Amino acid sequence: MNTVAMQGTVKNMNAWTNIKAIMKRELGGYFTSPVAYVFLVIFLLLTGFFTFTVGNFFERGEASLVSFFTWHPWLYLFLVPAAGMRLWSEERRLGTLELLLTMPVTTWQAIIGKFLASWIFLVLALALTFPVWITVNWLGNPDNGVIMAGYVGSALLAGAYLAISCMTSAMTRNQVISFIVSVMICLFLILAGFTPVTDLLVRWANPVFVQTIASFSVMTHFEGFQRGVIDLRDVVFFASLIGFALFTTGVVIRGHRAG
Amino acid sequence: MIRVEHLVKSFGTKLAVDDVSFTVERGEVLGFLGPNGAGKSTTMRIITGFYPPTSGQVSVGGFDIVESPIPAKRLIGYLPENAPGYADMTVYGFLGFAAELRGLRGSAKKQAIHRAVDTCFLDSVLYQTIDTLSKGYKHRTCLAQSIIHDPDILVLDEPTDGLDPNQKHEVRGLIKRMGENKAIVFSTHILEEVELACTRVIIIDRGRIVAAGTPEELKGRSQLAGAVRFTTHSASADALRQKLSPLAARTEVLADDHGRVVMRAYPRERGANMSLVGGVADLARRENWTLDEIHVEEGRLDEVFRSITLPDTVKVAA
Repeated sequence: MNTVAMQGTVKNMNAWTNIKAIMKRELGGYFTSPVAYVFLVIFLLLTGFFTFTVGNFFERGEASLVSFFTWHPWLYLFLVPAAGMRLWSEERRLGTLELLLTMPVTTWQAIIGKFLASWIFLVLALALTFPVWITVNWLGNPDNGVIMAGYVGSALLAGAYLAISCMTSAMTRNQVISFIVSVMICLFLILAGFTPVTDLLVRWANPVFVQTIASFSVMTHFEGFQRGVIDLRDVVFFASLIGFALFTTGVVIRGHRAG
Repeated sequence: MIRVEHLVKSFGTKLAVDDVSFTVERGEVLGFLGPNGAGKSTTMRIITGFYPPTSGQVSVGGFDIVESPIPAKRLIGYLPENAPGYADMTVYGFLGFAAELRGLRGSAKKQAIHRAVDTCFLDSVLYQTIDTLSKGYKHRTCLAQSIIHDPDILVLDEPTDGLDPNQKHEVRGLIKRMGENKAIVFSTHILEEVELACTRVIIIDRGRIVAAGTPEELKGRSQLAGAVRFTTHSASADALRQKLSPLAARTEVLADDHGRVVMRAYPRERGANMSLVGGVADLARRENWTLDEIHVEEGRLDEVFRSITLPDTVKVAA
């Protein structure tokens, strides 16, 4: 019994060290190329532009980050697939996929390692928006709990988009195709619950149908976070979206190998 | 260490590997020969666990590659075709990554990297990124990756591809040395490589094993094998041919100028070469011919290879 239990622990430790090694390499890959810096600069410029100029941050006269978070689903629509498109297509293009998967690691460890690395990178980008938070605290007295919830929701949203990019990236060795397909899927996930679209749909479709479709949308589930509510159902939604997309990634990769 | 049984792999309707079986033990270097697209790389990808087989079994060090891939993969070092590497990593970083996935940490990791770097002569490019390397260095970096954990089993897909003659020589020597206490499978289409480094050879064509044996055995299947070649000034080609006709199945004049005749006589039956060379020597003594040179041909691997893998040619009788 004891040895079996020990073997189990060793196995788990191995899994984690493998995931860590893959994660470390992937994160290093972002920062040794200019990709990371270009991405960070563009992300921060765009969040600033949307929050302060398009979102009328000052004119609102509110001490909140509503005008900041509202734009995230749209910003991520292009930026997250850009960060995730190379994850697997690059491995296939370089032929390193063969190297990676003939190492003593499981496909799942590789998928999770790569996904976590990119997610950490996106969360880092998100964390670098802290001057916005400082600004709003300096100007007024916002509810920092609400802001915290907004950040959590935004991170989950980025994770969901990223998992989808991960999946499309596994499907092709062409990064451009990977990018376009994941933008399309993410756009669908936005529009299905985007109020102007659902208002239009309600006129001719069954409201129950429209609601069902909308419940698949990231907009519906991101709203709560913006209001400062961390609803377990919303968390479960994002988690299962990530889980589903990563599972599909595994199926796709297995498919390439089975021939 | 490697046991492959009735391995079949199909991609859609295309049969890439068709009922291939072989074993490789420790201390053996198995050369995998075949034309392009014969199924060499596919077989290696199955052994290393990259492709699942359509049917058949592969066991590596006693572990089934499908049932328990992780312990099997731990035993293998693999150099894939075209030696892939992460373009934006340095050689040192890349080898470190490989070492970590092999479970090496701290000083063990450092030692492993330095040993592999020394073995593959990578000192001068250690901190260069892989995309700036020449083909030879890139290849050796990937080779270093495959031996970083000092594996019991090495699977090398065209390990000398893209190397210059000196590097080829080094790598062959390396394979031969490592083959003394490892089980090695390597593919190539350079025939001299097989003769220099392998203890056993498999020729594979259109997914099937068409010949197997030691390099000597395969060379023995050459039409040339056992033929006697000699040079003399003492008689004309016609006279020689006539005198030799009772002894040899047929004769061939390779050169005839200014009274110097180079001739090759083929034995009547395979394996009777010693009696043929004796017969020729006896005949020369009786006829008072002076032989400038005489030797028994070993047979040439390229000839065997061509006759086996080219369609519509007369097959060498086995």
